[in-house]
Amino acid sequence: MEHFLEQVLNGLQLGLMYALIALGYTMVYGVVQLINFAHGDVFMVGAFLGYFGFAVWGLPLPVAILTAMVACALLGVIIERVAYRPLRYAPKIAALISAIGVSLFLEYFSSLKFVFGPNYRVVPRPFPEVHWNIAGLSVSNIQVIVFVVVLFMLILLQILIYRTKTGMAMRTVAVDHNAARLMGVNVDTTISITFAIGSAFAALGGVLYAIAYPQIHPFMGIMPGLKAFTAAVLGGIGIIPGAVLGALIMGQVETLTSAYISSQMRDAIAFAILILVLLFRPTGLLGRTETEKV
Amino acid sequence: MRKKFWSILLVVLLSLALVVTGCGGQGKTETQGASGEKVIKIGFIAPLTGDVKTFGESAQKGFDLALEQAGYKAGDFKIEPVKADDRNDATEAVNVATKLITQDGVKAIVGSLTSLTTIPISKFANDNKVVLITGTATSPKVTVDEGKRKEYIFRACFIDPTQGTVAAKFALEELKLKTAAILYDQGNDYTIGLANNFKEAFTAGGGQVLTMEAYAKNDTDFSAVLTNIAKKNPDILYLPDYYQKVSLIGKQARDKGIKAVFIGGDGWDSSDLDYKTMEGGYFTNHYSAQDPRPEVQNWVKQFKEKYGQEPDAFATLTYDATNLLLNAIKTANSDDPAKIKEALQNTKDFSIVSGEKVSFDENGNPIKPVTILKIEGGKQKFVTAIKPN
Repeated sequence: MEHFLEQVLNGLQLGLMYALIALGYTMVYGVVQLINFAHGDVFMVGAFLGYFGFAVWGLPLPVAILTAMVACALLGVIIERVAYRPLRYAPKIAALISAIGVSLFLEYFSSLKFVFGPNYRVVPRPFPEVHWNIAGLSVSNIQVIVFVVVLFMLILLQILIYRTKTGMAMRTVAVDHNAARLMGVNVDTTISITFAIGSAFAALGGVLYAIAYPQIHPFMGIMPGLKAFTAAVLGGIGIIPGAVLGALIMGQVETLTSAYISSQMRDAIAFAILILVLLFRPTGLLGRTETEKV
Repeated sequence: MRKKFWSILLVVLLSLALVVTGCGGQGKTETQGASGEKVIKIGFIAPLTGDVKTFGESAQKGFDLALEQAGYKAGDFKIEPVKADDRNDATEAVNVATKLITQDGVKAIVGSLTSLTTIPISKFANDNKVVLITGTATSPKVTVDEGKRKEYIFRACFIDPTQGTVAAKFALEELKLKTAAILYDQGNDYTIGLANNFKEAFTAGGGQVLTMEAYAKNDTDFSAVLTNIAKKNPDILYLPDYYQKVSLIGKQARDKGIKAVFIGGDGWDSSDLDYKTMEGGYFTNHYSAQDPRPEVQNWVKQFKEKYGQEPDAFATLTYDATNLLLNAIKTANSDDPAKIKEALQNTKDFSIVSGEKVSFDENGNPIKPVTILKIEGGKQKFVTAIKPN
């Protein structure tokens, strides 16, 4: 039983990691209905900048994280401006392909020698690791930090979207661009802000991920990005709490599969569950079924 | 107007990127020496960037030094090296091998480093009748394809079965350890080969393999599997993967309270291994700079003079492979790959750094001992050399 709880805890940590990325993914989708495939790569850039901040430039950890978040927010705005805005009223598929292009560009541009370089780097822990023994379970301070940050992000996003003017503008833009514009909402600015916030969260996730799994390289964003995207779809893409729920389920399924069935089956079963959920609830677990407007 | 500005900016940036990345790959492509003397082109393929770039950099030093000592000559032929980077990617390796063979017209290739990339290019080289000798690709599939020998392919290292077998023998007989857990990459022939052969030899020798678990190349979270292993409390955790992956697994294993001795293969041999985490671990290797044999000490001295550091196994084996090839070109005194291949297969009692009086068996593998190293005080320490039987 204790053994089982320890595995659940492992799954929780993995799930929270996916949640860190999935939150930004789902928020951007909710506002612009665009699957931002470059999100995982912004996450990678954030991890690198955080690493440079605290391990190379010697900044204190909070300052390093903040620097990475600001830089990535800027990167997100630039990506939207250059790659997505010109295609906003083009067919959806064009924006999607542009997103894949941005993703590949970030990966290979980062691999160049004068940028981050193509090599794996070992990330030193910026603070000593502490293990607490709670009722026979070993809990580390990193797990606690990740948990608190995810909770904080979730609450912050809910407040931002449902309690502020900007959030109201976002929700309006999500429904109808033209109507929003008629109501005096600046659509371009609102979308830029959305990308800035989403990318800043990706950076935060990246730095924490690099601390928990201390190794970074330019292609590190692909797999977690894909898993987080899956988690967002599982929970209902565009719905903030759905992303966290989906991520936690993914984490548990993967961990329990490798613990009790076989580590080779883990991705197969995780994605099989995604397919099953989508077959019976096409809009995801928390998604509302809406009739298409004509 | 503004839209146009952005598109122009993008085009300029992209073409700039093309120019910057495009410059790297082009070397000299002349086919005939200046004074009309006979020239033979030798290709060199290694991962000079990517996840195992330190391997590639070391190998390149060994290759350069061997050619330099030979004065870029073998028999009547002037040697012209053509280098290529495969980034430790199987597709990229075939691309650069295609370029070397069809465009540069090389007659022989030294490389690549890992089995992952060498298996596909060995097939391609053999089909095109170009001699290929790898310093370090240890999978049996490099020289043999479904029971059929690839005649043009050779290597300067022992094969995976030997490494796994010797590691198991050493763990049982020298360390007196009885139980083991194995973790390996299911998508990599190198780690599968080591894992299977370790398991076989360990079980045959009276040991017990408690669990054998696979992971995928891009996995970063091993907590579930490691929690299970921690419960079984094995004496040994066998990790036959490359340095960056075993560093990551090793760290998480210690976090989960696993006290087992880490044992691994030659993929650990890197300055980028996390020595603090892997302290107390053992790994099988081709060679150690601390080996007292005079051939070894002499080589270490020459390498240090040129590069100011100790040569690792990748530098040494690539040096050995290059020398075996140069010797064959000299013996054949021809640039016909078929004749070079004959000469290489008939190599007799040729001493190289990683072994004395080497000859090749019928599968193009040299027969020589395996070195055991220990990670101690943040360094590699020579323990013993064991002859496989």
